[in-house]
Amino acid sequence: MSSAMDLEYTAAQSKPKAFYESFERKEELRHQTHYCPGCGHGIVHKMLARAIDELGIQDRTILISPVGCSVFAYYYFDVGNVQAAHGRAPAVGTGIQRSRPGSIVIGYQGDGDLSAIGSAEILHAANRGENITVIFVNNAIYSMTGGQMAPTTLLGQKSTTTPDGRTAEHEGHPLHMSELLATLSAPVYIERVGLGDNKQIAQAARAVKRAVENQVRGLGFSLVEVLSPCPTIWKMPPVEAQHWVRDVMEKTFPLGVFVDRTKESRPRAATNAAPALEEIPRILGTRDEDADAIDDVPALRAQEVDLHVRVSGFGGQGVLLLGEVLAEAGMDAGLEVSWLPSYGPEIRSGTSNCHVRLASSPIDSPLVTHPNVLVAMNEPSLKKFSAGVRPGGWILYNGATLPAEYERQDIRILARDFTREADTIGDPRAANMVMLGALLEIAGTLPQASIDAALRHCVKQPKWIDLDERALVLGRSLCKQFLERGAA
Amino acid sequence: MRKQLMKGNEAIVKSAILSGCRAFYGYPITPASEITEAAAFYMPKTGGVFLQAESEVAAINMLYGASSAGVRCMTASSGPGISLMQEGISYMAGAELPCVIADITRGGPGLGNIASEQSDYHQVVKGGGHGNYHTIVLAPHSVQEMADLTALAFELADKYRNPVVLLADGFIGQMMEPVEFPKRAVAPRLPHWAVAGTADSRGNLISSIHLGCDELEAHVCNLEAKYRRVERNEPRAEDWYANGAEIVLVGYGIVGRILKAVTAEARASGLNVGLLRPITLYPFPSLHFQRLAARGRVFVVVEMSNGQMVDDVRLALNGVRPVEFLGRAGGNVPTHHEVLALVKKLAKKYCPALEPEELAHV
Ligand SMILES: Cc1ncc(C[n+]2csc(CCOP(=O)(O)OP(=O)(O)O)c2C)c(N)n1
Ligand code: SF4
Repeated sequence: MSSAMDLEYTAAQSKPKAFYESFERKEELRHQTHYCPGCGHGIVHKMLARAIDELGIQDRTILISPVGCSVFAYYYFDVGNVQAAHGRAPAVGTGIQRSRPGSIVIGYQGDGDLSAIGSAEILHAANRGENITVIFVNNAIYSMTGGQMAPTTLLGQKSTTTPDGRTAEHEGHPLHMSELLATLSAPVYIERVGLGDNKQIAQAARAVKRAVENQVRGLGFSLVEVLSPCPTIWKMPPVEAQHWVRDVMEKTFPLGVFVDRTKESRPRAATNAAPALEEIPRILGTRDEDADAIDDVPALRAQEVDLHVRVSGFGGQGVLLLGEVLAEAGMDAGLEVSWLPSYGPEIRSGTSNCHVRLASSPIDSPLVTHPNVLVAMNEPSLKKFSAGVRPGGWILYNGATLPAEYERQDIRILARDFTREADTIGDPRAANMVMLGALLEIAGTLPQASIDAALRHCVKQPKWIDLDERALVLGRSLCKQFLERGAA
Repeated sequence: MRKQLMKGNEAIVKSAILSGCRAFYGYPITPASEITEAAAFYMPKTGGVFLQAESEVAAINMLYGASSAGVRCMTASSGPGISLMQEGISYMAGAELPCVIADITRGGPGLGNIASEQSDYHQVVKGGGHGNYHTIVLAPHSVQEMADLTALAFELADKYRNPVVLLADGFIGQMMEPVEFPKRAVAPRLPHWAVAGTADSRGNLISSIHLGCDELEAHVCNLEAKYRRVERNEPRAEDWYANGAEIVLVGYGIVGRILKAVTAEARASGLNVGLLRPITLYPFPSLHFQRLAARGRVFVVVEMSNGQMVDDVRLALNGVRPVEFLGRAGGNVPTHHEVLALVKKLAKKYCPALEPEELAHV
């Protein structure tokens, strides 16, 4: 480490173990850091390395390097290292810590990284109380990119993008991240410290250690904001820069502890233990015994089933369920099936429809634009889909009479007030199952056992199963009557 | 045989967990939300992590963290969310981190709509993020493939240390079909390069920075060599009567299904039509196309977009055969009648060998 101030802090202490012996840089620079003389990053690195040593956590520690002047923090720390995108360290840390709760995850971020581009990630990681430690180095400027304004730039402070100095009117006030995060309920510890003189530095070292220690104890989210000199961009000699932290910066960003819940915080309960691997198919319901035993009904296979059904109606009429029971029954009977619902805005606008196919050979397209059976549970559905019904096909219409404009000579149409029919057996809401009964009568192929099994699979409540079974019977008989009348 | 009727979106999650996936980070969006919801339900029960992120930017960076720590992980989203993830995808490709991303597509640009479109092809297959990288892209066309290709996605992601995208349209995500899963779950393993907070993994570094020009060029060359291996080993396509066909239809996802129906009808009316359905969009199955060019007189690409994959078909054929295009957008689906009409028109133009009487009723 090269700065005079840095030497002051480290004079009494040897190289922390958590630092590498030499830094992976060009040969001639191997024993130098890439930080400028008097830069705060070097000091903060050293206090963090020291804390890692003292807590005996070098093997467990994972450091997340940010984008900014400290992008190469991983050159120095002999710990597990992950380099993150600009501002995203808290999200990356979340991903690590949630899966590896035994590790000590330390995010190291600059003020541009944390308070500008990464403001959402830090806010939410803090709000979730992630068990991570964030070291937030605030030098009031974007240093790496050559001195543009940061959200933390002081009022009046010049930068390359505020050449006349920052104003509250144009750029807003400096953002106080520690105070902002302190309004949240989850963080256990938030303190702002400075590197303005030796006394401040000693306090900063204590705060950094506490913030890491909290994580070791499993307490949750800790953040230390360090007001830190950048002599190069501030265009000040190192000592002047150090004093500027204490004499100027600190006026905007007062030092102190903003949150300390370490006393009342308890380590989080361990997450649920992972089940044995053999248990996973059971939990997912993907074992053989969870699946349908498919009855390969040879007679059915030989029958050349090729059913294209479109079911349509108002949301709440059970349109999707009707289709699902049909598909499930078809699968149970050994047929190829598909079920495709309409979704999204169509659902919100109050209409609902689905495409169902049952076939004895593999299904090419699951889309049904030309059904051989249309189940229209209301008039708008007729309007939308009736013209597409294949010649020789069927329309089942939920209405006492078919409006004249939908009359067709090349198809058969069963128009009936199915809602009223359902009401006669106990509940108008079973209209969908009455219509399904009629459909099954037309299709004529599915074994009753498959239909019963499908109903039990899709409808969980016993009282509904009973009603629905009666509804299916009613539907079948209505359809039979219709066919007999037609034949007569 | 035993099968379950299931939505494509649910099949993805079950297959992922059976494949050893133990972390899911996501942000809700139609038509992908069922994936996130199923993950919320099953992940905690199977010893995995589920967290709803504050944005897709955060979600993909949480994957970056989980993957760095050596955990098989995934997310799911749709167009607008995938746009936000591009930064993270580029970083993961650069840092050679495996992960699986399901993109259940909808209509765009902008907020577009939530109906199915295939207009994410460019952003996903061509790499919507910055830098020299590719993601491996798999395109399921059935619920069974949603399960099978999810398992394959995790394998390929680990094998090549690269993000893999499952590119499926809203139809495939929302529809139910019978599906069968593997009997055994894959055990999670810790890769040697991971940073897992252990003494053994302490020396590891996950990073995409290579400051020196030569250093970065060497890294890019290494990635490139990896992509060449992927291109050699992994292209997959389904040949559906395409071998020997004079008119080769081309489509992926739900369009592949529609084109199967068209193929059946066209063949029934005596036309020599087949379908080539790319299953891997990157690596693009170019060789499959070149082989079919010997007999194929014309290639007809059908997409639910204004023409994105068609560019890759043209590149694969490199001018040796004409490439025709039919596209619908906005959530409209090319109907099989519409495609059939085009096929018949093209048959007249490109297949003069047909007898005039045959053409008369074509
Ligand atoms: C997405 C993105 N936008 C912009 C940049 C350019 N950039 C690199 S570092 C930086 C600012 C860093 O400032 P700060 O976090 O304060 O760190 P310092 O350099 O001051 O230590 C910016 C804008 C980037 N790398 N990525
Ligand atoms: S530019 Fe500033 S922050 Fe960056 S290394 Fe130099 S002194 Fe430190």
